[in-house]
Amino acid sequence: MSTTAKTHPELSEVFNKDEQRVNWHDETLWWIRQKRDKSAHSIPEWEVLREKASQIKNNALSNLAEYLVSFEEKALANGIIVHWAADAQEHNQIVHQILQKHDIRQLVKSKSMLTEECHLNEYLEKQGLEVIDSDLGERIVQLAKEPPSHIVLPCIHKKKEEIGDLFHQHLGVAAGTSDPQILTEAARVHLRETFLTRRAALTGVNFAIAETGEFVVCTNEGNADMGAHLADVHIACMGIEKIIPKRKHLGVFLRLLARSATGQPITTYSSHFKKPRAGQEMHLVLVDNGRTVQMGREDFRASLKCIRCGACMNTCPVYRRSGGHSYHYAISGPIGAILAPNLDREKYADLPFASTLCGSCSNVCPVKIDIHQQLYKWRQVIVQEGYATSGKKMSMKIMNYTLSSPGVYKTAGKAGRWVLKYIPFAVNNHFNPWYKQREMPEVPKESFGEWYKKNVK
Amino acid sequence: MKRVGLFIPCYVDQFYPNAGIATYQLLKKLGLDVTYPTGQTCCGQPMANSGFEHLTGDCNQLFVDNFAEFDYIVSPSGSCVLHLKEHLHTEKSEPQAAAIRTKVYELVEFLVDVLQVKNLKAKFPYKVGLHQSCHGQRGLLLTQMSELVAPYFSKPQQLLAQVEGLELINLKREDECCGFGGTFCVVEEAVSVKMGKDRVKDHQANGAEYITGADMSCLMHMEGILKRENSNVKVLHIAEILNAG
Ligand code: SF4
Repeated sequence: MSTTAKTHPELSEVFNKDEQRVNWHDETLWWIRQKRDKSAHSIPEWEVLREKASQIKNNALSNLAEYLVSFEEKALANGIIVHWAADAQEHNQIVHQILQKHDIRQLVKSKSMLTEECHLNEYLEKQGLEVIDSDLGERIVQLAKEPPSHIVLPCIHKKKEEIGDLFHQHLGVAAGTSDPQILTEAARVHLRETFLTRRAALTGVNFAIAETGEFVVCTNEGNADMGAHLADVHIACMGIEKIIPKRKHLGVFLRLLARSATGQPITTYSSHFKKPRAGQEMHLVLVDNGRTVQMGREDFRASLKCIRCGACMNTCPVYRRSGGHSYHYAISGPIGAILAPNLDREKYADLPFASTLCGSCSNVCPVKIDIHQQLYKWRQVIVQEGYATSGKKMSMKIMNYTLSSPGVYKTAGKAGRWVLKYIPFAVNNHFNPWYKQREMPEVPKESFGEWYKKNVK
Repeated sequence: MKRVGLFIPCYVDQFYPNAGIATYQLLKKLGLDVTYPTGQTCCGQPMANSGFEHLTGDCNQLFVDNFAEFDYIVSPSGSCVLHLKEHLHTEKSEPQAAAIRTKVYELVEFLVDVLQVKNLKAKFPYKVGLHQSCHGQRGLLLTQMSELVAPYFSKPQQLLAQVEGLELINLKREDECCGFGGTFCVVEEAVSVKMGKDRVKDHQANGAEYITGADMSCLMHMEGILKRENSNVKVLHIAEILNAG
């Protein structure tokens, strides 16, 4: 992949060079979207559940401080050591210090998007520590030295032949192996060895319950349990928005999460962690990293309701045809595009524009985040803050001038259908991107306005 | 008699006058008092969706000046209508803008919900694929969305079913976006075209002779792709079909 390509359009253009791959990527994710539909339709009260989940999350966010304090209190009473991290840097340091304290140089991790967001692997590796991702998909992208391209299906962009090559290089399977069964078996042997020898395990958190001070981790491979149960030290890291008020609310989310993610009725393992087992140390790191800032932005606050099911990615026609890496942020797809600009408006100015605003994301979202409306709103903020290109600014000014005056509009239209140049292709003042792979509309003899004048009035 | 103001979006005016003419004739056939205010230009959507909503003030004012007097405003473009419903505001005439937001209709919506048309007397003996434009479908609720667990309905289908000889084809992906998306079609050229190609292929694979829809912009994008492929499949705005024969 070209290293100069940085924005979503550039990165997706590279991805689209291989049309077969795009087709396969699109069809695989569409297949998952259909599984999600089937699964959702099997529950008559699905929309009621979505509404419930949305309300519980609204309540949790509105009373976040209270719930966090209550959660910490209960967790401490349960024997969990609680840490607070203001940002990614602090989060990484806390994890590092815990490992240092125990003189541990190797860490086994179960999938956690938060640690991706914080670039924990890179940080620890720089300090000379070894990190092994234990989720199969995560392990594959880790071997390929790539970030995950999807929050639930981290290596969805890779074909089994490519995975075979990676396993040949790193795990010693025979060259040319692409049989998923053999590859999975090889990974299993390799990971088992990892679980048995690592003394520290890190997991993410799907739900933290304010009422009881416990947390729940959902996986399909049981790798979080394996890591946590075998390790002397269990570190769990969570964004502060993962709080739900009560244990009884869990059912609502567990019913929605797996169905939205993969169409399964429930994730294979929903593991509850409440206290360390005898002899084990359990740490929990609560991370802000921009979340309280987003809380303060009324228009974007609802983005914190996300339970990271990935349904918005699977349904997104743009994501399916551009691949997760084109979003150049830890969390890709529609939800990533509304979370990223919160952290860095300039770096992620392209992401809210990587959408047709079709609205499908908002409809599949199990917690009813108004994703496409937020994309529209981010566009306004990004332009207002000055991150639009000067070409775009100029063409918008010309467009405004023309469209604000019927006289100018008509003259310009007559003079070679002015609109050809500016509407709705209003960028950079040139027409090339349209014409590259599409024919232009035929220019009619007269406009509707001219026809009307002649024939009606 | 209630007065209808006809809003013909800028690109329909300039490129697809036939869609505008069909809309006008159809409304006349149905016995309405229709006027096209000649001072109109555009709804401002291309600017707003590009993040320049703050520049749309003059354009919005012009729209209000042109359309405030009508009982209904009807337009053959779902996305423009949705934009007006959601974002038409002015400093000078906010009460009028607010009124327009509630009385502006996309053509299909107007025919089904307001006029409750049951017997169209149109004829179009071809195999037709219906493209559900996202803004019309998910924004204006012209058709139920495949993501939602709710009973199915479709206003455009309700109208097309009244057209003699027309055979509506099935699609593999009922309501997938075509990738037009306003300025998206040039800013994200690669993905936009790929989406358009896939959309068109679904129609072709199911034997469509025509692709129709309630949003000319999506059709323009797909037409560009069809023509580049030298395909025989043609696009027609739904108004042209409902007015045919
Ligand atoms: S935004 Fe909604 S659909 Fe997307 S990952 Fe989060 S919860 Fe799932």
